[in-house]
Amino acid sequence: MAKLQSSFRNMFLSLSLICLTVALLLAQVNKMTATPIAAAKAMKLQNAIREVVPAFDNDPVAEAYRMTDGSGDSLLVYPAKKGDELVGFALNSYSNNGFSGNIQIMVGFDMKHRIVNYAVLQHAETPGLGSKMTEWFRDATKPGQSVIGRDLSQGALTVSKEGGNVDAITASTITSRAFLEAVNRAYAAYSGSRENALSGATIATDKEQEKTKREGGDHNE
Amino acid sequence: MNKQVKILINGIIRENPIFVLLLGMCPTLATTSSAINGMSMGLATMFVLICSNAVISLLKNVIPDMVRIPAFIVVIATFVTIVEMMMNAYVPALADSLGIFIPLIVVNCIVLGRAEAFASKNSVLSSIFDGVGIGLGFTLALTLLGA
Repeated sequence: MAKLQSSFRNMFLSLSLICLTVALLLAQVNKMTATPIAAAKAMKLQNAIREVVPAFDNDPVAEAYRMTDGSGDSLLVYPAKKGDELVGFALNSYSNNGFSGNIQIMVGFDMKHRIVNYAVLQHAETPGLGSKMTEWFRDATKPGQSVIGRDLSQGALTVSKEGGNVDAITASTITSRAFLEAVNRAYAAYSGSRENALSGATIATDKEQEKTKREGGDHNE
Repeated sequence: MNKQVKILINGIIRENPIFVLLLGMCPTLATTSSAINGMSMGLATMFVLICSNAVISLLKNVIPDMVRIPAFIVVIATFVTIVEMMMNAYVPALADSLGIFIPLIVVNCIVLGRAEAFASKNSVLSSIFDGVGIGLGFTLALTLLGA
């Protein structure tokens, strides 16, 4: 078969046909891979949660809910339970004040206001500087910079440059500030969740209290 | 058959894309942080090369010369997207570590270069062998550099 002439009609037809065929093909592949991709994402989330809270045996993703963070937004809260008892919360927190914008972290707290661990889910900080935050704040050998085990009911975390209690990453104070902002935001939502969960436990045993609380709530509205 | 073997060896040694042609330096520098990364990048590129070479050589007579570059890019982009989706679905850890460099195979000059220089002038079988050869050469080079 001789090569097609570069006439307008030929060019139009051949390009359109090629595009149409590949569009159909890609749609088919997309359909095939959509489920495994979603499963892989869920797995990643599950692993991040497992990393930051004490051992649990429920499904935190299925029990997730949103909790206000005290500054006009709400965070996703993943409650971790062992048996029927709450052992901690994992919170998907964020900061928009990173050196390169948005930072997403997963922070885990136990029931005593202490940070168990954290995982950085997404960031665009400078490689080699701000990107060190994935490990910097959990270096067990350097208590000055590690946030693991800190009790946030003692007050919010700030960098030592501002008279705070956490050593910032060398040459990345902005990133460090943003990271701590995200942690503090998570703590605000954590206290709300913890209070709700604990008072929820009393309500279950004491119906009278629930009644007064609900009436009080109605009254406020 | 002898000719096909020659094409294969040619891609690995005489026209090795990294060491001889010096093409595709950007992914070479970026993904050779470990042998595994380099090898997976090479294999992904090889898959794209073989498929796009085969399809382009099949279509070489129905693609008018003036629109050949857009047509080639569409074909290449299709296979790259397929690779990307597959990697996200079945090897998410690898997809994470290679990141942006998988979608960037689209603009890898090795792939377009072979389409333009070889597949659009040769038979389907030769083009497939050329894809395998160049792909193997690329994979080998990336693995060596990463190790």
